[in-house]
Amino acid sequence: MQMTGAQMVIEAMKLEGVDTVFGYPGGAIMNVYDEVYKQKDFRHILTRHEQAAVHAADGYARATGKVGVAFVTSGPGFTNAVTGIATAYMDSVPLVVISGQVPISMIGTDAFQEIDATGISRSCTKHNYLVHSAKELPRILKEAFYLAHSGRPGPVHIDIPKDVTAEMAEFNYPTHIDLPTYKPTTRGNVRQIKKAAEAICRAKRPVFYLGGGIIHAEAAGLVRELVDVTQIPAVETLMARGTLPHDHPLLLGMVGMHGSYQANMAMSEADLMIALGPRFDDRVTGKLSEFAKHAKIIHVDIDPSSIGKLVDVDYPIVGDLKEVLEVMLPKVKECVDPDKYQAWRQILKRYNDIHPLRYEDSDEVIKPQWVIERTGQLLGERAVVCTDVGQHQMWTAQFYPFSYPRQFITSGGLGTMGFGFPAAIGAKRGVPDKTVINFTGDGSILMNIQELVTAVESRLPVINIILNNHYLGMVRQWQTFFYEKRYAETDLSFQPDFVRLAEACGGVGYRVETKEEFDEALQDAIDKGVVAMIDVIVDREENVLPMVPSGGTLYNMMLEYKD
Amino acid sequence: MKVERRVISVIVQNEHSVLARITGLFAARGYNIETLTVAPIPDSDMSRLTIETRGNVRVIEQIIKQLHKLIPTYKVIEHEEMIEKEMVMMKFPINESLAAIQALCQAYNGGIANVSSQHIITMVADEPRRVKHFIEAAQRFHPVEIVRGGVVAMERE
Repeated sequence: MQMTGAQMVIEAMKLEGVDTVFGYPGGAIMNVYDEVYKQKDFRHILTRHEQAAVHAADGYARATGKVGVAFVTSGPGFTNAVTGIATAYMDSVPLVVISGQVPISMIGTDAFQEIDATGISRSCTKHNYLVHSAKELPRILKEAFYLAHSGRPGPVHIDIPKDVTAEMAEFNYPTHIDLPTYKPTTRGNVRQIKKAAEAICRAKRPVFYLGGGIIHAEAAGLVRELVDVTQIPAVETLMARGTLPHDHPLLLGMVGMHGSYQANMAMSEADLMIALGPRFDDRVTGKLSEFAKHAKIIHVDIDPSSIGKLVDVDYPIVGDLKEVLEVMLPKVKECVDPDKYQAWRQILKRYNDIHPLRYEDSDEVIKPQWVIERTGQLLGERAVVCTDVGQHQMWTAQFYPFSYPRQFITSGGLGTMGFGFPAAIGAKRGVPDKTVINFTGDGSILMNIQELVTAVESRLPVINIILNNHYLGMVRQWQTFFYEKRYAETDLSFQPDFVRLAEACGGVGYRVETKEEFDEALQDAIDKGVVAMIDVIVDREENVLPMVPSGGTLYNMMLEYKD
Repeated sequence: MKVERRVISVIVQNEHSVLARITGLFAARGYNIETLTVAPIPDSDMSRLTIETRGNVRVIEQIIKQLHKLIPTYKVIEHEEMIEKEMVMMKFPINESLAAIQALCQAYNGGIANVSSQHIITMVADEPRRVKHFIEAAQRFHPVEIVRGGVVAMERE
């Protein structure tokens, strides 16, 4: 069937089962938007900034496991989208981002709103395309969706010149992918898996190091089974929070810079590390030469370049975690003796008894950790929890009781302030039955505050909880610890009135200065089902602890700060 | 870790900006390309790149893995047993000894490519190490211009 390039884009969305597109129109993508105008098969959500459109698509993808889609225009539309794309790239989130481009004849002439979009996105996408003809579009669209979610997921960018969106061509959407150069290894080497299983059974002090890859591979069920069968303790990275339920007896908590004492000690003292889908980020490992010094390492990852990139691995296994664990689990069951790790579990329990994850609550001032714990008590599994980036993000990772994968949505790799709110909007669209909370800071929320309008207009009631300490909190914390309290440009005493700001955009705002007020505000926001901003005034100089200073060793944590 | 020299051949699908993808990978990760040669493979929609690079074992391993990871990459050849050749052209003033220059070039598997009223141009194609020696030896004839072509390599078996 003959159709225009723009019609092909829309047809591909239908064929891929896309129910939501986030975006922002503009000159070069107008032909596509002219088709969006006629749509009934999917919903377009108009964000107020292209960065937010991509973050919303990202939040949608993280919450649902489906591919997120965003449309943006050329030039500034695209450059605004880059932070969103890079955020998704760092956390391996499947996205298809379609940008308009100036007509082919004008490419390279510095035309109005022209930018070398594929040149820019090359380093922060899994793959990208500049479309030269409408004839190529069906294949490219099909490939883009396939590449985005297969293998190690990631964002794929398609840049379509305006004349290509107007060009007529035959639309034959491919039924299968013909990419001879792209064959991700999913099965995992059986001999290696067997060796790894034997190593698990041989170990005396093993630990599971659970990474975000588990969530992407939908492998959390198998991981739980493996943990339960072996009775081996497990630590989670930021991106893996929710893999094991918060009350799982073998979960030691989060690992890394702000990980729990027992989790970091387990990593430091283990004789075998069973790394399932992590990437040995520097925020987890601390000083590399001291990281897991006594441990043999099993590393399972779909991306071969993640294995051995930073640490030497004794049992490298390239493959899809689900497929690998399906083979590994029966082999481990055959040989494992869960009682064998009893002494090791005791040691770790003692570590937790000595230094549990804790904070000092107060009656005078609201502690940020209390807000998170309280929200967890009130909402627990009913909420999908997003965050921005900063202290509030780490406290959320530490103190919210996560119960299942995809419950926690946060920017790990790139650490993008301004991510939380638009991601929450996308998540709410993806999982409308859940209450979607965005824990944010007074610094972070201002980076995409305009999305209040989007959320209200789109009737996507997200509850923003601002842990307002009138500081750029995490930077202030580092200034406290390492810069002798020289608070260079981190004092945010001058602030907008968040309550009135929310109201100005059609939402509801609450100012909270006591614990009772918080309970009331949260309940009211849930009951009303509105877009809400709960501005919680919290202890100004609370720090995130424990902390492994940058480049420090995991076993040398700062457990408290004394002025 | 010891820094070593490696020659890596990459077979890629001919598509928009594939060369930029490869060089961008090196640039973004701070890896070094010493020489690079590219040409289409006859009767196919593939191109072959030959990259001469340097790095320690971990860096070389990452380079190879990252090259594999690029979507248009069909094959990465990293055998140590490769036959390598590099071409160099040199321009000498006409008043230098033509016979001596020719003899030198012949010793390095080359010869005179052109002689004009002003200059003698030579061409040598040999192993990279021998090309280096040739350039050193040719200095006595006061070359005015040197163009090296980069390494091409083929597996021995």
